[in-house]
This record gives sequence, C-alpha cells and structure tokens, in this order.
Amino acid sequence: MRALFLAVLMRDLRLAARRRIDALLPLVFFVVAVSLFPLGVGPEPQTLRHIAPGIVWVCALLATMLSVQHLYAGDQADGSLEQLLLAPQPAVAVASAKCVAHWLVNGWPLIVAAPLVGVLFDLSAPALGSLVIGLLLGTPVLSLLGGLGAALTLGVRSGGMLLILIVLPLAMPVLIFGAGAVGAVESGQSAAGHYSLLGALLIATALGAPLATAAALRISTE
Amino acid sequence: MTAGMRLFNFAAPSRFYTLTGTLAPWLWVLTAALSVVGLYMGFFVAPVDATQGNAYRIIFIHVPAAWMSMVLYLAMAFWAAIGWAFRARMASMLARALAPTGAMFTFVALWTGALWGKPAWGAWWVWDARLTSELILLFLYLGYIALVEAIDDPRRADQAGALLSVVGAVNIPVIYFSVRWWNTLHQGATISMTAAPKMAATMLTAMLILTLAFWAYSFAVVFMRVRAIVIERERHTAWVADLVRAGKGAGA
Repeated sequence: MRALFLAVLMRDLRLAARRRIDALLPLVFFVVAVSLFPLGVGPEPQTLRHIAPGIVWVCALLATMLSVQHLYAGDQADGSLEQLLLAPQPAVAVASAKCVAHWLVNGWPLIVAAPLVGVLFDLSAPALGSLVIGLLLGTPVLSLLGGLGAALTLGVRSGGMLLILIVLPLAMPVLIFGAGAVGAVESGQSAAGHYSLLGALLIATALGAPLATAAALRISTE
Repeated sequence: MTAGMRLFNFAAPSRFYTLTGTLAPWLWVLTAALSVVGLYMGFFVAPVDATQGNAYRIIFIHVPAAWMSMVLYLAMAFWAAIGWAFRARMASMLARALAPTGAMFTFVALWTGALWGKPAWGAWWVWDARLTSELILLFLYLGYIALVEAIDDPRRADQAGALLSVVGAVNIPVIYFSVRWWNTLHQGATISMTAAPKMAATMLTAMLILTLAFWAYSFAVVFMRVRAIVIERERHTAWVADLVRAGKGAGA
C-alpha cells in the first residue's frame, strides 16, 4: 500500500514538474481573482482590510476547485486509472496519493502567495500569520474534498460546474473558520479556537475523504 | 416475521407499483382534506398575534415546510444508502424520487421565510444561522439532483448519488454548527425566535395539521414520481409490457 502511495505520488509530482505552466495556472487565477475585488468594491483601505480574509479564502477555495477538476480525468482517459484500481492494493492509497500530490502542487503556491496578496490589502503582520496558518490547515481539506468531487464527477457531462456545486457546500465550514481566524486576530482576539476547529476538520476529512473517494472511483469506473 | 416478509415483498418494483397505485389517490384525498382544514384553522380560526399582527400566519406553511425539508433529506440519504449497500433497486428509485420534493420544500421554507422576514425583521433576508444552513441544505439537494441527472447510467447515478447524500448527511451537523458559530461571531443575536410569546393552542393545532398535510403530500407526490421511475427503468420487463397492453401506462 505504501509503495503504491509513493509511486502514484512521485508520478503525479513528476508529471506536474514537466508541465510547469499547468501547475502555475491556479496560482495565477488566485492572484487575478483576488485583485478583481478592490476594483469592484472600491479602494478604501478600511473596507478592503475588513473583507480581505474572506476574499483570499474564497479565491483559494475557487482556485482549488478549478485545479482539482482534472485530478483523475487524464488517468481515466489513458486507462491508467483503471489499472491502478485493478492493483491488489486498496484504492484508498491511490486516492490519498492523488490528494497529497494535488495539495503539494496546487495548495502550496497559494499558501506562499497569500501573504503577498494580504499585503495588497494592508493586513497586519499577525493577521498575515493567521492567514498562512489557516491556509496550511485548510487547503489540505479543500484538496481532499475536491478529490472526492472529482472522483464522483469523473467523465460526467459538465463535470466542472457540477464538482463546484457538489463540493462548495461541504467546504463552507473551512471557509468560515479559516476567514474567521484572520478576523479574530484583526479584532485582537486569539485565533486558537479557529485553528483547533480547522485541525479537527482536517483530521476528520483526512480519515473519511480518501475512503469515500476510493468508493467514488470504483463507482465511476465500473 | 411474516409481517416482515410481507413488507419485503414490496421491495419488488412490480408489487411496489401496484401498492402505490392503490395508495396514491387516498393520499391525495388526505392531502387535500388536511390542507383545507389546516389552512382554514390557520387563516381564520387562529387568533391575530399581539406583536406581529396577521403577518405571522405564514408560519403555518413555513415551519412545516422547514421540517419536511430536513426530514426528506435524511429519508433520501437513508434510502440511497440502503439501495447502495444492499443493491436494492426500489430503495434507490425512492431516493431519486424524494430529492425534488425535498428541494421544493427547502425552497418554500426559504421563500416563506423571506415573506415573513420582511414585516417581522424589516428585511427579506438576514444571514441568520438557521437561514444560512437552510440555504446550504438547498445547495446540497441541488448538488444531488444535478449529479444524479448528469450520469446516464442509472446504476452509477444511484451509487454516486448515494455516496454524495451520505457525505452530505454526515456533514449537515458540522455545517450547521459552524454556521451558528460564524453567526454569533459576526453579530449578536439580533433575532431570537425562541423568545417569542407562547403559542396559542389553535395555532399549534393548525400547524400540526398542516404538517400532516405536507407529510401526506410528500408521500403522494413521491409515490407518483417513483411510479414513473419504475415504469421507465423496468420497461424491458414482462409486467410492464402487460401493463401497457392492458392500457394502463404510467399515467393511470
């Protein structure tokens, strides 16, 4: 199981390294989408500082949803997904490896870029810190949930929109606590409670989502 | 034991089709009768509210609809899971038939809530914890319906829908509590419906009668829909062919 996990993980990372522009697109989307908000809302620093955590989190959520759509599509198209599921090792290994690879390729850049984006919104240093910690805990949950959505909508008509419709309601708690942590720090409170809840969500999702994803993959490739 | 065996008999689509065909007209009659009585009590017999005037009367539709929206989601997830776990075709079809009615009730609860909110709170919509989680429930229904409709193979659609509805059911408490937490974080409790004055007995009776009416309606309309699904999926079987030959199609 561990060998399969590592093999799939390394393969996905290598594939991402060969197509660097593809891997960077979600990051570009994230930055562009975030910078649309000041244009729409207006340039008042007070307002922008107030809504910054929500904007950054919503854009990170959308960037993840867009990047996760092709998590399994390529492997299904060339038949390798079917071969992976035929392996004697459990499909959970494939599902987890795919999610970890997705997070390493798409989640990390968002976390690195978030403080830079936060500076554009004039967030204070402690608020930037809580944004990064929140994203560190929250983006893996988004990758896991997105993986489940991608497996369920594999090869389905208008799967992209469908994935977003399916996963967004499930991802709302992450958004609430992630943006809430920054808001708490901004208003001078401790964000420890938010981190704990994000951590709890991460643990629960990490335990449940790969199993559900494995089941979804079996359903979709039957 | 024998009663249990007899109940399992109805897991066969043909028997279920016959049974629901017999029950549906009676359920419609029951729905109509209960609705007339409940609406009459709610709109004419129940007293005018001291603080809210007549505007409160939307409660007689709003509250039962909100209850149904939640009950039907759990019923849908339950039957979908049964259908997936035991490969029970009838349970999967039932889950499919429940979804549109549940979504409809969720929408009705939100809509009547907005109509009630305007005179009571002065706004069509507030980001109250309950309103927000009801809205998310609507999204969960829409996600299920969209996923199930997008997959052409019925078996795969049923299983994928089952997985999604179970994941949604597990997540509902998490969503509800996080929304509540978020709400108390952002603003104080501006509206407290629990602090409302005690309800008059006639009001409660009217509400319960309408709840029963909504239950009867749900059964009736879900049975009608599931009959259509049965006919469509079992169209290659002999009993459907007999049915068609006898001139009693899905519309009978």
